[in-house]
Amino acid sequence: MKRFLTWIILVVAAGSIAANWLPPKTAKDEFDFAQFGKIPMLVGGRVKPLDTVARNSLLIIHGKQELRLEGGKRLSAMQWFTDVLFNAPVADQYPAFVVQNAEVLGLFGWEQSDRKYFSFGEFAPFLKQIDEQGAQSDKLEAVQRSAYQSAILNLRNGLALYQRLKNSIQPEDAQNFAAELQTFMKSVPGAAKAARNFEMGESFDKAKLNDVAQLVQRYERLSEMAYVLAVPPLEGSGDWHSVGDSLLHSIGTGEIHPVVVEYAIIGDAYRANDQSLFNENLDRMTNWFAQEQPNATKRTSFEFLFNRLQPFSQSMTLYVLAFLLACASWLGWSQALRRSAFYLLLLALAIHTFGLVSRMYLQERPPVTNLYSSAIFIGWGAVIVALILERIFRDGIGAACAGAIGFVTLIIAHHLAGSGDTLEMLQAVLDTNIWLATHVVAITTGYSAMFLAGMLAMIYIVRGVFTRSLTKQTADSLARMTYGVVCFATLFSFVGTVLGGIWADQSWGRFWGWDPKENGAVLIVLWCAIILHARWGGFIRQRGLMIMAIFGNVVTSFSWFGVNMLGVGLHSYGFMQKAFPWLVGFMLSQFALMCAAAMPLERWRSFSTSSTSTQQARPRIAPAPSAG
Amino acid sequence: MMRKLIDLITSLKLTITCLAAGMALIFAGTLAQVHLGIHEAQQRYFQSFFVWWPQEGRGFKIPIFPGGHLIGAVLLINLIAAHAKRFRWTWRKLGIHLTHAGLIVMLAGGLFTDLFSVESHMRLARGDTKNYSEDMRRTELAVIDTSGDDLDQVTAIPDTVLRHNRVIDHSSLLFRIVVRNFYQNSRLRMLKDAGEGAQPIANQGPGAMIAVEPAPRATAADERDVPSAAIEILPKDGGSLGTWLVSDALGAPQTFACGGRIWMVTLRPARYYKPYSVTLQKFTHEKYAGTEIPKNFSSKVTLIDPERSVNRDALIYMNHPLRYRGETFYQAGFQPDDSATILQVVRNPSFIAPYVACVIVAAGLLVQFGFHLVGFSRQRRSAIA
Repeated sequence: MKRFLTWIILVVAAGSIAANWLPPKTAKDEFDFAQFGKIPMLVGGRVKPLDTVARNSLLIIHGKQELRLEGGKRLSAMQWFTDVLFNAPVADQYPAFVVQNAEVLGLFGWEQSDRKYFSFGEFAPFLKQIDEQGAQSDKLEAVQRSAYQSAILNLRNGLALYQRLKNSIQPEDAQNFAAELQTFMKSVPGAAKAARNFEMGESFDKAKLNDVAQLVQRYERLSEMAYVLAVPPLEGSGDWHSVGDSLLHSIGTGEIHPVVVEYAIIGDAYRANDQSLFNENLDRMTNWFAQEQPNATKRTSFEFLFNRLQPFSQSMTLYVLAFLLACASWLGWSQALRRSAFYLLLLALAIHTFGLVSRMYLQERPPVTNLYSSAIFIGWGAVIVALILERIFRDGIGAACAGAIGFVTLIIAHHLAGSGDTLEMLQAVLDTNIWLATHVVAITTGYSAMFLAGMLAMIYIVRGVFTRSLTKQTADSLARMTYGVVCFATLFSFVGTVLGGIWADQSWGRFWGWDPKENGAVLIVLWCAIILHARWGGFIRQRGLMIMAIFGNVVTSFSWFGVNMLGVGLHSYGFMQKAFPWLVGFMLSQFALMCAAAMPLERWRSFSTSSTSTQQARPRIAPAPSAG
Repeated sequence: MMRKLIDLITSLKLTITCLAAGMALIFAGTLAQVHLGIHEAQQRYFQSFFVWWPQEGRGFKIPIFPGGHLIGAVLLINLIAAHAKRFRWTWRKLGIHLTHAGLIVMLAGGLFTDLFSVESHMRLARGDTKNYSEDMRRTELAVIDTSGDDLDQVTAIPDTVLRHNRVIDHSSLLFRIVVRNFYQNSRLRMLKDAGEGAQPIANQGPGAMIAVEPAPRATAADERDVPSAAIEILPKDGGSLGTWLVSDALGAPQTFACGGRIWMVTLRPARYYKPYSVTLQKFTHEKYAGTEIPKNFSSKVTLIDPERSVNRDALIYMNHPLRYRGETFYQAGFQPDDSATILQVVRNPSFIAPYVACVIVAAGLLVQFGFHLVGFSRQRRSAIA
């Protein structure tokens, strides 16, 4: 059994992953949402598949990438989005908007109950009120807003986004849009003639002119509302336009863009519940894109795959599993469990790497461009270093660290993704791949190493204080690992910080500006320097090193998140009110561990003399190594 | 006694104390930025010898913590002294020596930059030519004698003098200037809008119709103070011409006649004149399609330097500054309607120090930790074998 355990675990894990990667099949008589989701469109400055726009919009409005209807039926983001685009009256009844704030509900005279999702239809009578209230809190800085003000602003932004989405591809009240477009194109020449006659003072056909004038107004409104630019340039490189813009443009050219026509037919087919017409025209549109926009199509197909696979949530599951296996390996069946943990981690790392590299390909950028990607990268770096430690020491400690840090950082990333597209375009000052690839990567690698050192120290203290499993040998190797990782952190944090200074000097002539994020980085460097000097000077030994490494977690989390919450300076991208209690909780837990570690050694379960463990197993305090 | 002192200033304990104090200071200084703004917090915590309490004048103040300059200086002395005392050349210590030598360069460079670097701004609308940049934090009272045929003679009085010297008597002026009020930051309002009881502080020029309210110092990064003052002109042959309001918020200079000449007076950001001029040809502000996210800003300028017979075009854009005659021009900002570009002009004689220091320290750390790693893996190998 023991011999095969590793393989059984690995095969089960790999099998469940592989099952996820198989493409789902669409039946002939269903709308082909998978195909529709790959259609490219330009939103937020980036060409992305419709599926991404659907997921991000639902995430912003609903907080999740899936919508559950009353009665338990689930709608995927694509299903919801297609209704929003083509069948607004139906979409208006979906309970998509999340409101939990009692004061906001009170605004509408509703009592807080167990219901937190509401439909657009329910808010429709209050739109003006919501807009006014939201506009008031929009004037405040994020830091100054009360919970009510944040909630009402969120609701207002969600409703605004929703209304723009409804009017992105066609007017929300469109009935037979393809026919409407045909009438429009047919009447344009006549109307143009009437307009000329009107200008010349001759008799003109007033009815013709009025018809078109009404439609032009309708499309102008459409062009103002549009959230997505769905119409690609006809020549390879040019600007993307919204459907409304494109239609207004058609007045001059006399031709409607083929993509606009296809969208109109597809929308009509969807409303008429005609699956085969929908799929047929979707194929035509897909082929058109493949021919006219081959690069965009390649990229959006890949992004669609990336969205479907959700590599980070898959590796998250594997990380937890590996962490549990590694911890279990300290209790029994150690070799087999440890080895399974190691191989599971390799699998998780491979999927994690796939996700990271995919993001780099999609964005054409170095790995870290915002807070979300920093979490992904910190986890990735820490897992690699921890796996190297595991390979050297083979005692399950590296594996446990890898599993824990991989899991926690990906969870953090998951919660940072709530604000929409995580592959957003970069502000002008960040638009430099050299500095993103050096400064940002070095800094985040430094964070990884600091967290890894802290994790090692946590294992030392938890095992030492609360269990009897910390033998002298384990304690010594933990101390060596922690020391080595702190050295590694020092190198990367220092180089990263100074590179940041050089970037600043290159872009605004100030090597050091005392910006909060810069200060956070230098705090890490100083703390590393203190740890190393205290150790070289013999002021601390094993336990002191561990306590200081845990405080390193506090310093690093302040630098990573805390400074962003101050809302000052050039790096304050993304203020996260919600994360504040978590950050404080994390810091408090670290202080608690430090206090536990500061108890006299006799109180540590692993070292207590009253225990039955032999004198041999008790770690003697190692002499400090010389400064050399 | 002497020996004890030497032991103290070369001790590792002092190093660690300084580093820990530095951490505490940086932490406190970072939190203080929320209320004070980056610039003010920087001055109080980092560019000072002591942090004082209370912060606002209450008649007394006591130092409660060492400031950035003090900690940096002690650390620098400690570093140099420790190495002077214990320096022994061995290959094994190469990494440590390199690291600390680099840190000395960095700390010294930082101090040098603090003392000698000058930051200013140049705001250019399209087609504008300027041969000076303006200091956004300092103000000057410019008194211009326009009687010359082709040259105006400018007497610039810095704000430090305005704040303290109540009477200004300069040989190039035919009058004395008495500073009646000086506001570091103020808000100007038309008298009729200012409400009951508002009094003008001047009786000449537009200032006679304006009320001045003192305002707290600006703290946000994108705000600046609007200094204002009331000045009385006293001709040296006796009498008074009246009191003028001068303010950064008033656009054009005000004129008056004295001693048969026409004078202009204005309170403006302090200027640094240059032996060359910069002309803005074009400012470009690109956004990503369908968004308000800025993609790039760039300013195409012409640089004309008669002394060195330079006349060339240059493009200044994000992360690509123009360096010329010891000064560096950066794309710093723009007018909200894209009508003008704002270039940051920096003169920093020690800008090279961090570059050198970074290379030395990184090399030192690599060597040092490389030794550790090699030693460690050798140990492991022999342990396994």
